[in-house]
Formats: sequence, C-alpha cells, structure tokens
Amino acid sequence: MDTPLIEFRDVTKRFGAITVLERINLKIYEGQITTIIGLSGGGKTVLLKHMIGLLKPDTGTILFRGKPIAKMKKAQVEASLARMSFMFQDNALFDSMTVRENIALPLKETTNLKKAEIDKRVMARIEQTELVDAAHKFPSELSGGMQKRAALARALVTDPQIILFDEPTAGQDPVRKNAILSMIAQYQRKFGFTAVLVSHEIPDVYFISNRILALYNRRIVFQGTPEELENFDHPFKDEVLHSMEGLQEELSGLHSKRQFKVLYHSQMKHRALGETYTVAVFSLDSLESIISILGHEAAQEAIRSMGSYIDKHFGAIGGFSTRHHTNEFVTVLPYSELDEARDILKEFIEDFREHGIRDIWAGASRRAAPGECAEFTVLAGLAQGQPIADINAVIASAESQLKEISRMQCPAGGIST
Amino acid sequence: MALTAHDRGSTGNEAGLQPATLLSQPFAAVGKAVIAWIDNLGASAIFLILALMKIFRYDQLSKGIQQLYYIGARSTAIIILVGLFTGMVLGLQSYYALVKFGAQGAVGTLVALSLVRELGPVLTAIMITARAGSAITAEVGILRISEQIDALHTMRIDPPAYLISPRITASIIGFPLLTAVFALVGIMDGYISGVLLLGVNAGTYFHRVQASLDMKDITEGFIKAFVFAGIVSTVCCFHGYFAHIRSDSHGAKAVGLSTTSAVVTSCMLILVADYVVTSLLI
Repeated sequence: MDTPLIEFRDVTKRFGAITVLERINLKIYEGQITTIIGLSGGGKTVLLKHMIGLLKPDTGTILFRGKPIAKMKKAQVEASLARMSFMFQDNALFDSMTVRENIALPLKETTNLKKAEIDKRVMARIEQTELVDAAHKFPSELSGGMQKRAALARALVTDPQIILFDEPTAGQDPVRKNAILSMIAQYQRKFGFTAVLVSHEIPDVYFISNRILALYNRRIVFQGTPEELENFDHPFKDEVLHSMEGLQEELSGLHSKRQFKVLYHSQMKHRALGETYTVAVFSLDSLESIISILGHEAAQEAIRSMGSYIDKHFGAIGGFSTRHHTNEFVTVLPYSELDEARDILKEFIEDFREHGIRDIWAGASRRAAPGECAEFTVLAGLAQGQPIADINAVIASAESQLKEISRMQCPAGGIST
Repeated sequence: MALTAHDRGSTGNEAGLQPATLLSQPFAAVGKAVIAWIDNLGASAIFLILALMKIFRYDQLSKGIQQLYYIGARSTAIIILVGLFTGMVLGLQSYYALVKFGAQGAVGTLVALSLVRELGPVLTAIMITARAGSAITAEVGILRISEQIDALHTMRIDPPAYLISPRITASIIGFPLLTAVFALVGIMDGYISGVLLLGVNAGTYFHRVQASLDMKDITEGFIKAFVFAGIVSTVCCFHGYFAHIRSDSHGAKAVGLSTTSAVVTSCMLILVADYVVTSLLI
C-alpha cells in the first residue's frame, strides 16, 4: 500500500495522571474518508488534535508522508499543517463576525490575495454550502445545521488537502446528520481532499467511509474497511458498536444492518434445504441531481420517505428491510419464491407509481425551496436465494437486476410521475 | 489561621502528620503561592515579549486602530467624567488646606502637579482597567473556552499576533493620550472649583500651573502611562488567554474569575509600579 499521509507510531498522551492515548498506531491514507469511532470521552478529539498540531504526544512519533514531524524543520511543519483544516465539534465560528467574514478570515489573514479574489472564493463556498441568505448573519442567528455548513465552508475555503472533522453531526436531527455526511462525501469526491472524521453516527458513517479506525480503551483496536469491521471479533464490537448502532437505522426507521442480519439468521436457521427466499433491492437513482437542485437535506428526506414506504409495504407481508448503501434498500421476503415475489413487486410498483413516488417528492420538497423540482428515478431488482447462500451474494445478484420502476419528472407547469 | 490544641491533635492524628510538618505547612503554602506568582510573572513577561515582537508586522495597523477605538476612544467619556470630578475635588480640598496658611494662590500648583505626575496616570489606568481591561479578559477568555483560539491555530493564524499584539499596541498609544486628557480636564475643573467657586485669582491659578510644571513632570506622567499600559494590557490579555487552564474552575466561571483576577492584579500592579517608577524618577 502507499505511504500513509499521516501515521501514528506508539503515540501516548497523558493529561496529569490520566492516560488518554496509549501506544496508538494508526494510518490515514490520501484521498480517503477515514472515520474514527469510539465511546464519548475516549480520546477521539485528542487524537484529531494531535494530527493538526494542537497537541503534541508525550511519547511516540507522528509522521506526515512518512517523515517524522518532530524531525522536520519549522517551515516544513508549517507547510504540512497549512494543508489541513479542522472543523470543530462546536463549530468555533467567531460570534462577532458574520458568516461571510468568518469564511473569509483564513484567506484574509494568511494569504496575500486581493479583496476581489477573496470575495469571489468566499462567495463560491457560500453558494456551494447553500448559505447565500445567511451570508450577512451572525452565527447566533443561524440554525445548528447552518452553523455546521458555515464551519464547513470556512474549512473548505483554503482548498485544503486534509480536513479533520470533529463530530460534524453532533446535535443534529437524523435528516440533517445524514445531509452533513452526504455533504462531506460529495465535497470529498468533488475536491479530492482527505477527510478524517470523528463520529458516533453508526452505521450512517459506514456509507461514506473508506476506512474505519476503532479507538477502545485508549488504543486503536481496528483499522480497516466498514465491511471488514462487520467480521471483526473483539469486545469493542459488543460494548461499543452494538450500543451505538441500535436496532433501527435512525434516518429511515428500517432495521439496522446488524438487526437485519440477526433477523435473517433467525429466519433462515429453521429453513430446510431447497427452500428459497427472495431479496428485493431498491435504489433511488440520481441522488446527486437531487442534492444539486434541492439540497442535501431534501435528498436525505427523500431517502427517509422511500425507506418508510418500503417498510410500510413489505413489513405488512412479513418482509424485513435495511438500508444497504446511502441510496439503496434491501428487503428480504423470507417465504416468497421468485415468481410470487415478482407478483408482489408488481403490486408494489403500481402502488408506488400511484403514491410512493409522490411521498418521496413530498418529503424532499418539504426541505427544498418553493418551486424547485428535481427529476429522479427509482430502480428495483429481485434475486432468489437459499438459506445456505451468502446473503451478500444474493443482494449483489439483485443489484445486477436493477430496472427502472418509476420516474419523477418535472415538466413546465407541473409535476408528473 | 490559628489552630487550637484539639485541632492540632485531631488533624495531626488523622493525617498522620508530625508537629514539624504542621509547623512548616503555612510556610509551604506561602512558598507555593510565591512560586506560582513568580511563575505567572515570568510567563506574563514572555507573553508580553512575544506579543511585542509582533506589533511591527504590516498587518497590525488596521487591527491596532480598531483596538485603539475600543480601548482608547470609547474610554474618553468616562475619563473626562472622572477627570472632571477629580479636578474639582482636588481644587476644593487644596483650597481649604492652603487657605489656612494664606497660600490659596498655590492651588494651581497642587492641582497641576498632583494630576500630571500622580493622579492622572494612576486613575486613568485604573479606569481603563475597569472599562476596557475587564472586557479584554472576558473577550479573550470566551474566545479561548469556545475553541476560537484553537480555530485560529488550525487556520495558521498566529493568535498572539491576531489577538494580543493589537491590544497592547492600542494600550501603549491610548493610555498616554487618555492620561493627557484626564490631566487637562482635571486642571480645567480645578479652575472651576478653585477660581469660579472659591474665588482664587484666575491669573494666579494659571500662572502657578504654568510655572510649577516642567517637562520632567510631564515626562514622568507619560512614562507612568506607558508602564501602566504594558501592565494592564499584558495582565488582562494573559488572564483571558489562559482562562482554560485555571485549576479552580472551568468554562464560563473560569472566564468570570479570570476577569476578576485580571482587574484586581492590574490595579495592584498599577499602584506598586507607581511607587517604583516614582522612586526611580524623583
């Protein structure tokens, strides 16, 4: 693998008699979203503050692109740190400055750019973070979500290569939480920065993270992909992950992935060989288009409405569902063979075209500006599985069968489906 | 605090302390406080030097002017008000003291010398401490506890250069100017009480003012104003900047206690420094 962008080797940090981090070893890779998860007060923020130089380790080494920071010249350290931005948990916006002034501050104080150029860059970020109406307001006049966006705009305005996010979704409702995570993922794809998040939002952060680091009892006990974390066998999983994950996915109200697996296994263990079940996969296509036209919150509200509609329909006939990816849902029909499932899906499609897609639109439009409209498509696919089959393989098979079942169109003068 | 025999017995037994330890405890406490005080003094001196090193940077001008407005210009009204009554009281008291010796003509001398050399710099500094110094500590303290100073670090903005140096610059410029305003207003109001209300000859009053003041007196007043500016701005900024590491409190309470400490320490140091500077210059 490539040289890590940031690497910790045996880093220990104490505050007085309390050891917060003990022989921490971790790697952050360039261009990825890495999320640090762990219990509150476990030292995640302390870890993040070491990365940006706000704290120094008592022992151990921090390396930047393979070079120990302690052995770098001051100018090199400054140059390395200048590529980073930090988004604080409580935003740390300057209360005596407007949103625009807050965002302009790092450019005004650390660059020689002319005022016109600073204004241009600041306005670009303000527009990208949907803060045009709030540009001249003070942070205390904004909602929590808008303050987060302002802090994100300030973190992005210097075009950093690395952004550290300290609990970016803390204190937000489920739609806003997912909207912020979606925003981070979108900007990360767009600008290509390396993102390091500290978050409790399990499993929501899995949808956007390339790598997960688990901090437990002052040490990093896991480094790997969200998929690898599923198979991680450690007390951390029972004590921390399961308590954080809960039984329901917060945004959609569907079963959490863990609960989905528990249900799946409990349903399948009594099934005889040769019996089959069906998996249906539903995908909300054109999510990017919804985000760009209606905004992140509207997109998340659309996902929430779609999940709720799927649950209502299939839950009533014994199916159980979960959110599999950001915009993808999986439903298991445990006692339906493929032909029967096709009939069920046909009924669902008719009902969905009549009501479901309008529910999704109604959800999204509640969070969008009046008069705005975005076209989107809903896809569905079916696959048959057997109890001995790997559920992930069946889901992948259903994904390969995805076909359009409904489309939302915005003709001039009205909305049609 | 004196300990009774019972206190000594019970405390000694419970803690397992020897009488010698008990006797040394008060000295240890004093020693600890003195070491902490010297430690703070050293840290404040380093803090001042670091901030002073940055006051000549090109980007300091606009910030310094802005702070001069808050610390200096917006303190003018209160300085004029205090100067007005100080001058009037001084004129009144000196008249009744001097009239017993038939020397009421020296009211101008007493008013002018008191105000220019002593009361002007000291009262101006104390008033600015109360009005602007407390505000500086509270503002910097809130910036600290709400992680806004950490945010400056992460944006590669030097917090001492951004927050502290402009306030020290503004104090160094503002204190002497306000001291001059205070002395001028005081002398004019000494005229009101001495001449207009009590009947001292106007020509004598101004002649005595002019004759008794020489450049050395004015220089002494300004030197004191500079010294007090350094003390007040450093102490107030220092207490706010390190409000988060107070051992006795956290958060908003730490900011409140830091503000109180800053004002009390500044006022005490103004009086101590006044004596030291006077004894050096006299």
